Amino acid sequence: MSGSIAISGPFTHADNSVSRTMQMVMLALLPATAFDLWLFGWPAIFLFGLTILFCLAVEAGCLMLAKRPVLPALKDGSAILSGWLIAMSLPPWAPWWIALLGAVFAIALAKQVFGGLGQNLFNPAMVARVALLISFPLQMTQFAAPHPIFTAHAPDILTGLKITLGCEGNLDSLSAASALGHIKTELTRGIPVTHTVQSLPGLKEMILGIKPGSMGETSAIFILLGGLFLMWRRIISWHTPVSMLLTLFLLGTLFSAINPARYASGMIELLSGASMLGAFFIATDYVTSPVSKTGQIIFGFGVGFLTWIIRSFAGYPEGVAFAVLLMNATTPIIDHYSRPRVFGRTRQGQPVAFGDKK
Amino acid sequence: MKLFSVRGGIHPSYRKQATTAKKIEPLPVVPFYFLPLRQHSGASAEAVVNIGDHVGKGQLLAAPVGRISAPVHAPTSGIVRAIQNMTAPHPSGLPGMTIVLESDGKDSWAELPEAYSDPFSVDPKLIRERVAWAGVVGLGGAAFPAAVKLEQSSQKPIKMVVLNGAECEPYLTGDDRVMQEYADEVISGGRLIAYAVGAPKVVIGIERNKPEAIAIMKKAAEAYDNVEIADLPAQYPVGSARHLVQALTGLEISARTRIADVGVLVQNVGTARAVWRSAHYGEPLISRIVTVSGGGMNDPKTLDAPIGTPVKALIEYCGGMNEKAEQIVTGGPLMGVGLPNIDVPVIKGTAGILALTSEEMDHRPAEPCLRCGRCVDVCPCGLSPVEMSSLIRRDKLDEAEQLQVMDCFSCGSCSYVCPSHLPLVQYFNYAKGEIWNRRDEERKQNKIKALAAAKEARLAEVLRQRQLAAERAKAAKAAANKEEKAV
Ligand code: SF4
Ligand code: SF4
Repeated sequence: MSGSIAISGPFTHADNSVSRTMQMVMLALLPATAFDLWLFGWPAIFLFGLTILFCLAVEAGCLMLAKRPVLPALKDGSAILSGWLIAMSLPPWAPWWIALLGAVFAIALAKQVFGGLGQNLFNPAMVARVALLISFPLQMTQFAAPHPIFTAHAPDILTGLKITLGCEGNLDSLSAASALGHIKTELTRGIPVTHTVQSLPGLKEMILGIKPGSMGETSAIFILLGGLFLMWRRIISWHTPVSMLLTLFLLGTLFSAINPARYASGMIELLSGASMLGAFFIATDYVTSPVSKTGQIIFGFGVGFLTWIIRSFAGYPEGVAFAVLLMNATTPIIDHYSRPRVFGRTRQGQPVAFGDKK
Repeated sequence: MKLFSVRGGIHPSYRKQATTAKKIEPLPVVPFYFLPLRQHSGASAEAVVNIGDHVGKGQLLAAPVGRISAPVHAPTSGIVRAIQNMTAPHPSGLPGMTIVLESDGKDSWAELPEAYSDPFSVDPKLIRERVAWAGVVGLGGAAFPAAVKLEQSSQKPIKMVVLNGAECEPYLTGDDRVMQEYADEVISGGRLIAYAVGAPKVVIGIERNKPEAIAIMKKAAEAYDNVEIADLPAQYPVGSARHLVQALTGLEISARTRIADVGVLVQNVGTARAVWRSAHYGEPLISRIVTVSGGGMNDPKTLDAPIGTPVKALIEYCGGMNEKAEQIVTGGPLMGVGLPNIDVPVIKGTAGILALTSEEMDHRPAEPCLRCGRCVDVCPCGLSPVEMSSLIRRDKLDEAEQLQVMDCFSCGSCSYVCPSHLPLVQYFNYAKGEIWNRRDEERKQNKIKALAAAKEARLAEVLRQRQLAAERAKAAKAAANKEEKAV
């Protein structure tokens, strides 16, 4: 493009920017993160910090290799946010090298290879999560039971460090299965869902998040709060989350009504795994989801639908990450078919017959 | 009045407080006036005075040429000092033919045409002619000759005259003040326009962020059954004519047609007042209301400024600029353009002169597009700025054209909301310019081709005629030979 464009308007701008947007999302993640860092104690805190550091380092490394300016890109906050989201989807007591590999998968492979911020087709955090889950199924499903920091059985700072560094051998006694994982294993053993749910945490614990799970996913209520905050600040709109959660809830409710022994209820679908985090913070990722509102509703529906399919029929207990990645691949097509109708034109681009009532 | 929803739009910070409560002040006479011959959309006017002529206030200086054009009148009495190319008040800084008038300080009127004491009793045709004579143009900023619009509309069944008092651009308060101070003239002007085109009613749309103007106008409109005030939502760009008509009538104007085709005629409230004054007082359009504002201006005001006054004089009258002033803009901050310097004059389309600070403009280096979709949400035309801009950046203008980039009217909403501060409007202006050039080029090529084809056809015809003639001659010869042989 030629450089002949004179400086033109507009000469005013909304009070926003890329880094501001990222900061808002992080602010919204704060309550849920703080809660889970408290819940899972020192190992979680170390892992969280490490993941973000690794992401920044990998981003800087990639930019240097590509001979592009490093500082502005680091300052926009996108690498920190990716690191944050990866951390939130890791088992809280996972070892340090999981964090490192996650950072490489997310930042180097899913983001920088595509050309950096705004260019990637797939959500970096979910690429990392899926790649790790497939490569290291054991470490990625070894969830810690809640051990709130400063309580009697919580690992102290030194033990925490050892756990993150991977030299605390015996974690089995401390670990527990996530709700979805538990339901799935029991199902494969022939035990009906109706029976399994009785051993799950109560509804209150599920909503508050006092249960085993990934580092940032357990607390439905805090994530919901963060999501509402983002809607209030108009960083995200309701379209994707509502469409995704509603689809998930309705499918769960419908099928558990038909066959309660086989399918988890709509409530369990909503409150466990990455449903909440996925709906408000992952599926709403700007870069990898459709730009129009219609597109976002379709996208949300797709993520909800695929999540339920994967959870109910596939080998993995949790399906949000897979569903998001699959839908990411359809984003360009959805974008193409969900463009708004141009003012005064039909969808085919022909002028409307004049004076048409809308 | 029932309103209809309009797609997209933004809610910018309006920043009108600086001038909204201040009365309009007339700008005193200055020594020199600069009157470009092209202040309107359409063809440039042609000077009808000579250097050295003494002219009275309101005297015709330049007459319209062609179908779409408007005359220019003297803003004060004085002597024509030059007719020359001078920098136009446009960011390109390109020159345009300009009449330089030195004021004689007397400000005495030339002889004016008859003032119609009751314009509603004269033939509508005379009103339309009067508006044409007065050089009234759309004062909202587009500067389309008002008389041309009246003439076109008078040939169509017009159901409604809409006066545009939305004034949805930030800072600008000229229309607001005109409605507060000259409500009667505005309403009379609206009724007169309706009379001139045979329309049964007048609707005046005002954004809700002007409660005083709405109250005053409602009161003034009470006397008339067929004048209605509609309070519009404060949603930029509801003042864009197509969107205003949609908000008021629910009709969506096709990309193919003009607004008049749906039986609506839209004029700005200031234009209506000018129409009224041209008929009732026989006054040509020689001054306009200009908002002088912005964080860089010491004492923002709304002025009644004679056309041709250098921008500098307005700024000085408003206490000059402070050191924070970064950019001078003519028009509003969203659709306005930068000025090359402050020696250029106020013209008929100058709704505002803004001295903006860097905090107000918040220009930042562009970052990569996040695909946040905000631009798609806000585009009042239903375009997809995110996709168009990425195509234009890769110089895929054909594809951008298919996404209807030509329908973009540069309202700036998309740029305003873009968190990555991408200069989206600049991309679209660039693409539109290129595509126009291309279409022009194509038209030229086609013309040349058609000419060439015609010439070829002509040559072929000549050749054929010649052949025919030769054959005929041969046949005749053969026949003659035969006859000879037969003999
Ligand atoms: S508003 Fe800016 S960042 Fe967002 S999609 Fe549009 S162009 Fe991209
Ligand atoms: S400038 Fe053009 S593309 Fe942008 S919002 Fe306005 S009409 Fe739409």
